[in-house]
This record gives sequence, structure tokens and C-alpha cells, in this order.
Amino acid sequence: MMAAMALFQATRLVHLSPVDVVIIAFYFALVLAIGFYLKSRANTSEDFFMAGREMTAWVAGLSFLSANLGALELMGWAGSAYQYGILATHWYWIGAIPAMLFLALIMMPFYYISKTHSVPGYLKLRFGESSRALSAISFAFMTVLMSGVNMFAMAKVMQIVLGWDINFSIWVSSLTVAVYVALGGLRSAIFNEVLQFFLIWAGALLIPILGLYETGGWGNLKVLITQRASAQYVHLWSGLGSFTTNPMGIHWTGIVFGLGAIISMGYWTTDFLVVQRVLTAKDLRSAEIAPIIGAGFKMLVPFIVILPGLLGLAVLPVKLTAESAVTAGGHSYNDVLPLMLARYCGPGLLGLGITALIAGFMSGMAGNVSAFTTVWTYDIYRALIKKDAPDHHYVNMGRWTTVIGVLISVGTAYLVMQFASIMDYVQALFSFFIAPLFGTVILGMLWKRATGPAGFWGLLCGTLSSISMWAWVKVDPSALRYVALSPNAKALAQDMYQALWSFLVCVTVTVAVSFATKPKSAAELTGLVYGLTEVPSVGDLPLYKKPIFWAAVVIVVLVILNVLLW
Amino acid sequence: MHGSGISIWFFIGLSLLVNGVLIAGAGIWEWAHPPLNPVVLFHLHANLWWGVVLAAFGALYCYKFVPGRES
Repeated sequence: MMAAMALFQATRLVHLSPVDVVIIAFYFALVLAIGFYLKSRANTSEDFFMAGREMTAWVAGLSFLSANLGALELMGWAGSAYQYGILATHWYWIGAIPAMLFLALIMMPFYYISKTHSVPGYLKLRFGESSRALSAISFAFMTVLMSGVNMFAMAKVMQIVLGWDINFSIWVSSLTVAVYVALGGLRSAIFNEVLQFFLIWAGALLIPILGLYETGGWGNLKVLITQRASAQYVHLWSGLGSFTTNPMGIHWTGIVFGLGAIISMGYWTTDFLVVQRVLTAKDLRSAEIAPIIGAGFKMLVPFIVILPGLLGLAVLPVKLTAESAVTAGGHSYNDVLPLMLARYCGPGLLGLGITALIAGFMSGMAGNVSAFTTVWTYDIYRALIKKDAPDHHYVNMGRWTTVIGVLISVGTAYLVMQFASIMDYVQALFSFFIAPLFGTVILGMLWKRATGPAGFWGLLCGTLSSISMWAWVKVDPSALRYVALSPNAKALAQDMYQALWSFLVCVTVTVAVSFATKPKSAAELTGLVYGLTEVPSVGDLPLYKKPIFWAAVVIVVLVILNVLLW
Repeated sequence: MHGSGISIWFFIGLSLLVNGVLIAGAGIWEWAHPPLNPVVLFHLHANLWWGVVLAAFGALYCYKFVPGRES
């Protein structure tokens, strides 16, 4: 332990005690033990890539949520709450809940009935091989890059917060992820995601509790924030009537249509990283309930992410700034969560909080690597390279792809280290693909007239249009007034409108090409399209066991929360 | 997830139990030896009672989902 601690450097945001280091070491030992234990349960491809399709609704639902609840997300959104106020909550509520419920009730039956292994696999069934190839190659490429970006971000955070050496963080975390995913496959990744979910709540819940105690409750907190920033930092909707009356420079149309209707729908319903978790459910009812369980907990996440950012605004004695404006001894917005952790958490609690962050980063990596492994093996290797190998061949390919995926991620992490702006580019590239993919999948599921060539060209044109808009603003920043409808728009606002336009391009091209090409017969579309598919009933259940009931409960609570914080 | 091996909930319980005991232990030590630079709201001894809460939940999960026990 002392040798490991010697690797830590002197400059750091927080100081760990021996008990904190023991807690972190115990986490690493536990995840490796889980990986070794699950190796014996990952012998077939269905086991390795789909966790045997035996997960309960709770496990699939918590894993579905956790795959998105990484440390980058926690620290980033806490920082955004400090920077933009309570507006950041929109990314957890209207920017997630309706989409999760839409996945549960409308889209999941089609994914589940078609028994597809992946989202590109659904595109193959609905639109043909070319759409699958385009989507699979883009997804595999972006996923492994994102894993590297996550890895670098974790190493950087550990350097800033704890003073750890970057190489130490990258290699320890990546080797651990490689071992437990290569051994136990998706089941191992899911187990660790559920573990991470509990660690994050156990490690972060004290910050808002103690913060509200210190400030004297929510009412006093609002007063303090109004004094130190402005009253608009504590209102969700009342400042969104104009681009200039809120801290984010966004209009309510961007939040509702760009974020709520397109970006979140695209992410939560077509990003295979999260959808894969639900596809492991043991039956259709579990697959429908799982995203609803995820949505219920997603509504609570602002309590441990947004509230610490707002509390930081009220109680921290220092003023945080943008990353580019940090001076010697200063801190950026993204440091708000570790600063709040250090403010309230003594020995032991600090170790648990740091473990929660490490677990979040590693789960993010494991999620990307396991999704990459599945898409590579099923949608690229088996579809385009070796079609008829025995089952164990694909399992071995999955294990090796896991290791190779992690090594590529490590390479990406070092690449990002050399060229910091690549991180921005990779994240932007990833977002290019999500909105048009949603357009393609949703038309495929709901409109029987959509044809194979239309799916391919719609997806391609939508993606290219998004990249073009992003490049246009990069080359000529004044183009923001056209792309985001306002020269005052911040980066997040630009993303919302870019997604909206690329979705519309995808839909327009898909509709136009569909009318110019020959439709598929009804028989070919059975099981894939709404109206031509008999969706099996979840059974004759009492009301409180039906997915629709719990979806309605979640929606009612969502509406009440938004009205209360209007 | 049950019956054919160790349940995921047992691993969760084990993690909460071990972490809870360690955190509560650190809290008792801090109470007996107050630090020179305490955290804000140190007088609430958050690590002690939070550690106890985590350990209690962890022990409950371990008991309920221990391998071999029908749940």
C-alpha cells in the first residue's frame, strides 16, 4: 500500500487517509473477484454477449441507468449546475424521462420480439445489410474512442483530485476492466454497473444532506444563490422565454424539441450502450419495466448531482471558473463535486466518494468495451468476415476483442493526452450519429412504407448534415446565429439545435427516398413494424404490476417536480 | 439471478457491509482523536452514523442473499 501511495504526487485537491486507500483497494479486489467468479457462466455467445438474457427487471433497469451514470457525467453535470444553475436538471428530467418511457412502452417490444442482439442488428432486419454496416462501423469506431476519452478523463481527474500519476491510473483501471469483462462478458459488466449504482448513492448522498443542513434548507439555499448569482439560477422554465434571460442562452424550444424530443430520444432508445442492458431482460415484461425503473431513479439523480453544484455556488468560499480561465491555485466548474466531497467528508467517507467516482469511470469504460465487443463480433465480424463459425469461436473472438478494445482505448487515451482538443471532437462526433439514428430507427418501427435504401440514405445524409453544421460553426463562429438560432447560444444550446436539424434532414431524406423506391411486403415486415406486428401482452396482471401504470406514476411525478421548480 | 450461484445482491451487500464497517470505524477513531483541521459539520460525526447505516443495509443484504439460502 505504501508503494502505491508513493506514486501519488504532492499537489492534490484532497488527501486520502489509510482507511480511504483500503476502501479503494477493496473495490478493485471485489470487481476482479466478480469477474473470476462469472467466468464459468460465460461459455456460450448468448451468455457472453447477452448475459444469458436472464436479468430481472431490477438488475437490467439499474444497469441501464448506471451505464449512463459515469463519473464524467456526475462531475460534469455538477459543474454545469454551478455554471448554469438548476437548468442543468433538464438533462435528467425532460431530457431523459420521456425517452426512457418511450423506449419501455413503444420501442422495446420490437427490439425484444425481433430477438436482435444489437441496434445495428435491428437495422439489418428492417433496412438491410448496408444500413447495419454503416451504423455498426460508426458505432464501433466511436465507442472505442469514447472509452479512451473516458479513460483519459478519469486519469486526469485522479491527477487533479488525488495527485495520482496519469499512467498509473490509465493502466490500473484499463487492466482491471479488461480482466473482468474478458472473463465474465456482459454479465460481469452489468454486475459491476449495479455495484457502481449503490456505491455512487452511498458515496454521494451525504453531500446534499449535509449541504442542506449547513444552508438551512432549500428556501435559504435559493436566497443564497440569488445573492451570489441570480434568481434565474433556481428556476427551471421561467427564464426560457428568451435566449437572453437565462444563464445558458437557450430558448424553451431548444430544450423541448432539441433535447426532449430528439437528443434524449436518440440516446436512450438507439444508443446500443444503454439499450443492450435492457435486451438482457429475462422476458418482455421485465424488458418493459426495466427502463421505467431506470426512469424512476433517474428523476432522483439531480439530488446527488445538480444539488451539490448549487450548494457549491452558495457555500464555497472560492469562485470557480471555466477550465480555460483557471489561474494558479484556482479551480474549474468541474471541480465542484470533489470540492464538496472534501468539504463534508472525513476519513472513510472520502474514500467511498472517490471509490464511487472510480467505479463510475470504470463502468463507463466497461460499458463501452462490452457494447463494442458485441457490435464488432455480431455486426461486423460475423456479418462481413466469418459467417459460419461454431459458437465457441465467437465467444473467443469476444474475449479477444475485449482485450484489443481496451488496448485501443489506452492508445486513444494517450492520443487525447497529446491533443487535448480531440476530446471535444470525439464527443461531438459521437453526438452526430445519435439524432439521425433515432430518425432511422423510429421511422423503421412506426412507418411500414420506409424502404431499405431510404433507411441507408436518410442515416447517411442526417449524419453528414450534422457534421457539416458543426464544421460550419467551427470555421465561421457567426454561423451560430443560423444553426442555433441565436448568436448568444452556448455549446449545449448548439448541440440541441444541431440534433434537431440533422433529425429533420434524416426524416426528410428517408421519406423522399421511400416514395421513390419499392416498399417491402407486409410479410417481410412482420415483427419489425408497428401495425404489422402483434405485440404480446404482458399477461393478465393486477394494475400495480403493469408497466403502463408505473410509467404513468413516473410522468405524474415528473410534471409535479417541474411545476414546483418552474 | 438466484439459485444458480451467488446473487448480485450478495456482492452489493458485501460491499456495503465492509465499507460501512470501515467508515464507522474511522468515525469512532476521529471522535476519540479529533483532527486539527476537521471537515465542515464535523460535530455531526457523519462518517460514524453513515457507516452504521451502510453496514446495517449491507448485513441485511448479505443475510438475505447469502449463497445457498432460498430468498
